[in-house]
Amino acid sequence: MNAVLEFFGRGVLRVFEGVGRFFELLGMTLRGLVVPPWAPVATARQVVRVGVDSVPVVLLTALFTGGVLALQTFKGFQRFHAEGYIGSVVALSMLRELGPVLTGLMVTGRAGSAMAAELGSMRVTEQIDALVSLATDPVQYLFVPRVLASIIVVPMLVVLADAIGILGGYLVAVGYLGANPVIYMNNTFQYLSMEDMTSGLIKAAAFGFLLSLVGCQCGYDTTGGAEGVGLSTTKAVVMGSLAILIADFFLTKVLF
Amino acid sequence: MLSGLDLTVAKGESLVLVGQSGIGKSVLLKHVIGLLKPDSGTIEIDGEDLWKASPRDRDRLRRKFGMSFQEGALFDSMSVGENIAFPLTRHTKKSKKEIADRVAECLELVRLPGIEDKRPSELSGGMRRRVGFARAIALQPEILLFDEPTTGLDPITTDVVVKVIEEMRSRLKPSAITITHDLKVAFSIADRVGLLSGGKILVDMTPKEFEHSKDPRVAAFVTGDSELAPPEAEPERRGAQKPVEAHV
Repeated sequence: MNAVLEFFGRGVLRVFEGVGRFFELLGMTLRGLVVPPWAPVATARQVVRVGVDSVPVVLLTALFTGGVLALQTFKGFQRFHAEGYIGSVVALSMLRELGPVLTGLMVTGRAGSAMAAELGSMRVTEQIDALVSLATDPVQYLFVPRVLASIIVVPMLVVLADAIGILGGYLVAVGYLGANPVIYMNNTFQYLSMEDMTSGLIKAAAFGFLLSLVGCQCGYDTTGGAEGVGLSTTKAVVMGSLAILIADFFLTKVLF
Repeated sequence: MLSGLDLTVAKGESLVLVGQSGIGKSVLLKHVIGLLKPDSGTIEIDGEDLWKASPRDRDRLRRKFGMSFQEGALFDSMSVGENIAFPLTRHTKKSKKEIADRVAECLELVRLPGIEDKRPSELSGGMRRRVGFARAIALQPEILLFDEPTTGLDPITTDVVVKVIEEMRSRLKPSAITITHDLKVAFSIADRVGLLSGGKILVDMTPKEFEHSKDPRVAAFVTGDSELAPPEAEPERRGAQKPVEAHV
């Protein structure tokens, strides 16, 4: 009986420890965002790594998601002769939901995992200890440029993803399903409002913040050697993706 | 791992701590520079308590240190020159030219001139350690910490590294704490040698006294005879631990 209680007790303690650590590092990162020294060069480098390098994978994902959305919607809408609204459904889905969420997940897989691997390797090779010994705050030096770059660049990626997703839907609807291009384009933009765009971008900035913070934290707290780095990388993807999906629900509830 | 440990290093003095692997030598060094916080006890640098200081003051105290890590711990995203320039760009207002001159000077001192543009991955183990030394002395620290500076190096490279440490000491006159299990290295660079065991420093004597000591624990370490070695004292369990005191 004692062993069972001990097992659950340890689990609960670990959860509280993890949550506490997350908020501790969150506080340190927020402080680093407003207190100098800032690192514009390091931030620009991260903008390239997180943003520019993620463009191909995000665009491909968006293109095929827009396409498959058009296909699925056509099948459903055909049943009640509403094929003309495919464009609206694709555009609204991309802007409000699929653009930010899929971009967030793809960037987590690409950049969040890379952050965890990089910081994890730095931890196990004592480079983070070296930073501290050189009187440098590792959270300010390592977290802040990555978090800032992600907040800036994920919304930009989402704008691209939205546009390419709509293009994917258009290509499938017009090129494959034979929809009228003029009616399709007209319906695509007719029911869109500025709020659809801004709420998607707010979500994107929040996802950028979450995926980078989780990625950095998983790497920063790495223990052990190469195996530890591998585990941190996996954890960064799993926790980052979960954080995005959970935050998506609450943000949607607040924003709409 | 450490319990009841008391350590004092005077200005300009070189203390070498020896002991078996896994005894907590590196842990001790990490406590001294504030990478780890002791559960109880104090770490004092020039009379200031490292952990009672504000984070800003703690960083100011850390700038008095230059630490060389076991494998160099060079930032692999930077070149050798950028590694050495790192503390200078962050903590001084020197111009690019002054920083480049200081980097070249540091590399000269560790006998690796002209390798500023190389990447850490292109360097051998001995070179990485020496670039680590160069980065550690860039800000002309008052206290140098060496964590296993020669472990895993061949005898010739070990000799080069020892000569570099001796030269840095004679030119910069810092206080130094070195962790090693290589007695030849210890006797070359130490003013005092301490034997770390069971979480505390068991003996603290001159290199000559250490070499000829009749203490069975020291004799076993000097001769490398495991038969002579008394059973390793276990550090106190958590809760029964005594404070750690270090004064540099």
